[in-house]
Amino acid sequence: MYLIKKKRVLHDTIFLMDIVAPRVARYCEPGQFVIVRIDENGERIPLTVCDYDRDEGTVTIVVQTIGASTQRMMKLEEGQYLQDFVGPLGRPSELVTDDIEEVRKKKILFVAGGLGTAPVYPQVKWLHEHGIDADVIVGAKNKDLIILEEEMRKVAGNLYITTDDGSYVRKGLVTEVISDLVEKEGRKYDVCISIGPMIMMKFCVLTTKKYDIPTIVSMNPIMVDGTGMCGACRLTVGDEVKFACIDGPEFDGFKVNFDEAMERMKLYRTEEGRALLKLREGDTHHGGCGNCDGGDK
Amino acid sequence: MAAPGFERIAVSEQEPLVRAKNFDEVCLGYTEDEAVLEAERCLNCKNPRCVQGCPVNIDIPGFIMAVKSRDLRGAYDKLSESTALPAVCGRVCPQETQCEALCIRGVKGDAVAIGKLERYVADNAREQGMKPSVSAAPNGHKVAVIGSGPAGLTCAGDLAKLGYDVTIFEALHEAGGVLTYGIPEFRLPKEKVVAPEIENVKSLGVKIETNVVIGKSVTIDELMEDEGFEAVFIGSGAGLPMFMKIPGENAKGVFSANEYLTRNNLMKAFREDSDTPIFRPAKVAVVGGGNVAMDAARTALRLGAEVTIIYRRSEAEIPARAEEVHHAKEEGIIFEMLTNPVEIIENEEHFVKAVRCIRMELGEPDQSGRRRPVPVEGSEFEIETDAVIMALGTSPNPLIASTTPGLDTNKWKCIVADETDGKTTKDGVFAGGDAVTGAATVILAMGAGKAAAKGIDEYIKGK
Repeated sequence: MYLIKKKRVLHDTIFLMDIVAPRVARYCEPGQFVIVRIDENGERIPLTVCDYDRDEGTVTIVVQTIGASTQRMMKLEEGQYLQDFVGPLGRPSELVTDDIEEVRKKKILFVAGGLGTAPVYPQVKWLHEHGIDADVIVGAKNKDLIILEEEMRKVAGNLYITTDDGSYVRKGLVTEVISDLVEKEGRKYDVCISIGPMIMMKFCVLTTKKYDIPTIVSMNPIMVDGTGMCGACRLTVGDEVKFACIDGPEFDGFKVNFDEAMERMKLYRTEEGRALLKLREGDTHHGGCGNCDGGDK
Repeated sequence: MAAPGFERIAVSEQEPLVRAKNFDEVCLGYTEDEAVLEAERCLNCKNPRCVQGCPVNIDIPGFIMAVKSRDLRGAYDKLSESTALPAVCGRVCPQETQCEALCIRGVKGDAVAIGKLERYVADNAREQGMKPSVSAAPNGHKVAVIGSGPAGLTCAGDLAKLGYDVTIFEALHEAGGVLTYGIPEFRLPKEKVVAPEIENVKSLGVKIETNVVIGKSVTIDELMEDEGFEAVFIGSGAGLPMFMKIPGENAKGVFSANEYLTRNNLMKAFREDSDTPIFRPAKVAVVGGGNVAMDAARTALRLGAEVTIIYRRSEAEIPARAEEVHHAKEEGIIFEMLTNPVEIIENEEHFVKAVRCIRMELGEPDQSGRRRPVPVEGSEFEIETDAVIMALGTSPNPLIASTTPGLDTNKWKCIVADETDGKTTKDGVFAGGDAVTGAATVILAMGAGKAAAKGIDEYIKGK
């Protein structure tokens, strides 16, 4: 059993938790993920690590309520427990494992969409702690869905926020911000890390390709075990079939077959489920759940 | 049936058409009287050949004689000397090719039903609340076991009996390995059979830590250097699924058998109260001819599908146990033998629509000694289906080997280990089961776990 040490509600459908899991906290790195199971009947839910405290032995996760398991999870409070918490899984971000001197020479751009802000945060923080300031674009449907803004502001070089409906800072998609930075402000980037709903990553990659900026994406397909055992998370990357859980979750965005990946996300989607989702979340839902077509298009 | 005859005592089973609609166990097992009658058929040979056929060398005549005299505690003690998982083995061991294949009774008539007797003794012990007896006092030496499947549980149990302080590390949230995620409920009940046998291993003093992925959460070197384990046994199995690399394999509705069975068995997707979904279409095709293919097919049948098994050789070469093939047929599963998929066809929404196959014929024997299937030109045809489950075998997960310097693997990614004592190329590290052999059987993994326990005991005593 894994203690919920802290819980913070970020939005009606999004919450953050610090979980006591010393084995995971000891070795996890930015880019990796964990699998959480709330109780005996719960699904195994993969969640990218948002932060960690090695001394306290805690790992921070950010969760959006998208199914029965996450709905029940949101009801848990500090002092209660999660049944299972396993990790760290997947490979750390290349920024963390590459030669730091090489990384220092690069101009880095992060593009976070909706919940994708959570996995982007530890990477930006890690770079900041190593004296590297990266530019960060955070996009969401509306103001309420911009999460971790203060935290991000502390560690980012420049932070650019945008909302689909213009309810906060500026109106527009993340791709428009990329274009503005490159074309209007003449910024040059050596690498882009884009994390968010698949549809956002797809269009982000189409944009960065235009400017010849190598782009890393973090894939969040359907998964069961997270250790390479089931193959549910398989993706086509270039000419190869890769498992997001062990070969990723980060891949070369130019090579990922997003259309296939998005199709595969829809496997368990039903009319009934979609209706329920609409009822519960109205227009606040932001995609990336595998149950909808949502996301910032 | 007064006198022991040439035929074995039949065991009762659920009716095929009834069981095809539920997940309850197919075989119902012997009653005490039936078990005693069957035990009376054992000739108690002076040189029991059956024992040679058992990878863990159970004193088979010994336990059967105890059954004959209705000493069921004695029979259980005899079994427990050699196996920690008798209720499991009694159900899933291929006895017909091991102990029972060598039974002298089998020369003229049926071999003694050793497996069914083992199952009866173990089930009775559980119902009566019997526990295996603990023998040795703690010796203070710590050993880590990676994986809580048949190899790991056996190795851990044997070491605990010798007084070792054993911790098993399991990557999933539940112990049991393939017994828990792979073999379905109708063949191996989880709460009734698997969980109590794991509890028995724990009752010997073995600790099980779930949710630890060795190579990710902690490495073998760290276990030995930082956590004080003097030796490590790797029984991490062969978990990596294989696919065919044919067009359409990433369509919606194509699954590895591992995924399909894990959803159903470990995650209990067949139950209403489970949050985990499972695809439940009208038609399912399963590719492969092993026990895993039969398990996947019979699971799909129970979830309401019409099921076709596609196998590229003929029935004579099918690797699944005869009993499993027989049960599958009884339940109404269709077999397309000498057939191989060449493409999976999708509909407009990218769901599986059909599987395009080619007929095969048997050519010259290949390296395995079986006749190699070769495609019959121009024989392509389509089988309509909504899902395809690939049960083509599995290979060991490279995670442990890739994070353990000094641990050699062969070209199939199997860990190199000595068959007799489990020694690997790394000092203090032992391995056995599917992680070493590639996908094989529960009992062979148990045999390897047993050999490694002995190897580890000798290694630590010799330090």
